[in-house]
Amino acid sequence: MQHYSMNLKLNVWRQKNSIDAGHFETYDVNDISSEMSFLEMIDVLNERMIAEGKSPIAFDHDCREGICGMCSMVIDGRPHGPWEGTTTCQLHMRAFKDGDVITVEPFRANAFPVVKDLMVNRGAFDRIIQAGGYVSVNTGNAVDGNSIPVEKDKADDAFAAASCIGCGACVAACKNASAMLFVSAKVSHLALLPQGEPEKRQRVKSMIAQMDKEGFGSCTNTYACEAECPKEISVLNIARLNREYLHSSLSGDFE
Amino acid sequence: MNWSQLFTSSIGKKIVMALTGIFLVVFLVVHCYVNANIFFSNAEENFNRAAHFMGTNILIRITELGLFAGFILHIFQGYKLTLLNRATRKSRYAVTAGNKTSKWYSRSMALLGTLILLFLIVHLAHFWVPSRFGGLKEVEYGGQVYHNLYGEMKDVFSQPWAVILYLLGCFSLAWHLLHGIQSAAQTLGWTNKNFMPMITNIGIVFSILVPAIFALMPVFMYFGWEINTGALTLLF
Repeated sequence: MQHYSMNLKLNVWRQKNSIDAGHFETYDVNDISSEMSFLEMIDVLNERMIAEGKSPIAFDHDCREGICGMCSMVIDGRPHGPWEGTTTCQLHMRAFKDGDVITVEPFRANAFPVVKDLMVNRGAFDRIIQAGGYVSVNTGNAVDGNSIPVEKDKADDAFAAASCIGCGACVAACKNASAMLFVSAKVSHLALLPQGEPEKRQRVKSMIAQMDKEGFGSCTNTYACEAECPKEISVLNIARLNREYLHSSLSGDFE
Repeated sequence: MNWSQLFTSSIGKKIVMALTGIFLVVFLVVHCYVNANIFFSNAEENFNRAAHFMGTNILIRITELGLFAGFILHIFQGYKLTLLNRATRKSRYAVTAGNKTSKWYSRSMALLGTLILLFLIVHLAHFWVPSRFGGLKEVEYGGQVYHNLYGEMKDVFSQPWAVILYLLGCFSLAWHLLHGIQSAAQTLGWTNKNFMPMITNIGIVFSILVPAIFALMPVFMYFGWEINTGALTLLF
């Protein structure tokens, strides 16, 4: 594919802090290469703004290779932009053409308060993991992984669920700001494997209780989350989460 | 964890929607089957007898109370969830993905439900109120007196506005079911890799077939059509 340069107009959400009401500002960015990533395009704009003595656009980023889940932003109404199965850092400017007007907003959800501009605080996800998204292990030498047999199809499903990077695009895409795809991926990943099995009853209850406490919405099965997930986590995990939750509620000890 | 927590958590509230929704779907099947009498020969007597049975059988009258409870739970819980879910995002997006990432009817269940509710109010006023609280003409079959509910249908559906309103009601119902059936199965955890396509397809067939049969009823009545089945009739 041939390289090309483009001139763009950006509508970017600017918000000083979590209390500020926030507003859109418009910027012209010129001579952008089709081979830059979306983040590099913002880098170019920020360099210019710093040189002009203006406050650069704050945005989260870390690995820039699509695995850390930091680059949260909504581009023209799509979390991580228009490409399927892609994070913002892997979205290249060839997705756009010369003269495009692009609207960039932060992930919007009460549970993800804006820190500044496009940066949001996704600590709610960490607290859900802390509530039960782990396997308790005794100290001592690690057991050889291959000594525990796992069925191939379960291993595949667990691996697919474990590929969730916790970026929060599911929450950003959901009309109810529901975190069900994220929680279902974490619950599925552990519930499917023998290491996670002993704690699965308590885990699902604790994680859902924390999810509700954080102020995420209910799942209404529109499946916009699956369409936007950069790791293409399946909504069948949500069905598994619902099953696990029902099973956990209807069986075992009632405290 | 106790029972109240099960039904008040975010998943629990959805389980209430799913269970009441499935109950209402079962009601639709029964309602559709009983009403299908009007399509065939000897429609008036067969339908009036079936309606009489539904209106007088004690078990069915008790189930009717459950049906009202199901409707009320589904409606109130639906509105409550809609408000709770809207409140999770105080700052709205300037641009949304719209139909690129989800179906419009999956995002419009509250709107479609409201249209069905408005239809339901008119529908109850047309048929349920007069059959419970009087106002229906009477007919006699074999020495026994029956309400002429069939005659009431004839009267109501002689008015074009009523036919159009009922068609719109069935249309809203079809879109509501198209998302609802699949969504209920997902909420109850019935979907997995093998069942998802089957459940989705059964949901689609049901959502088109049942509202289509209902929609044909006012049309048959308005035009005075009848499928001639001779002695062979559906008779409830």
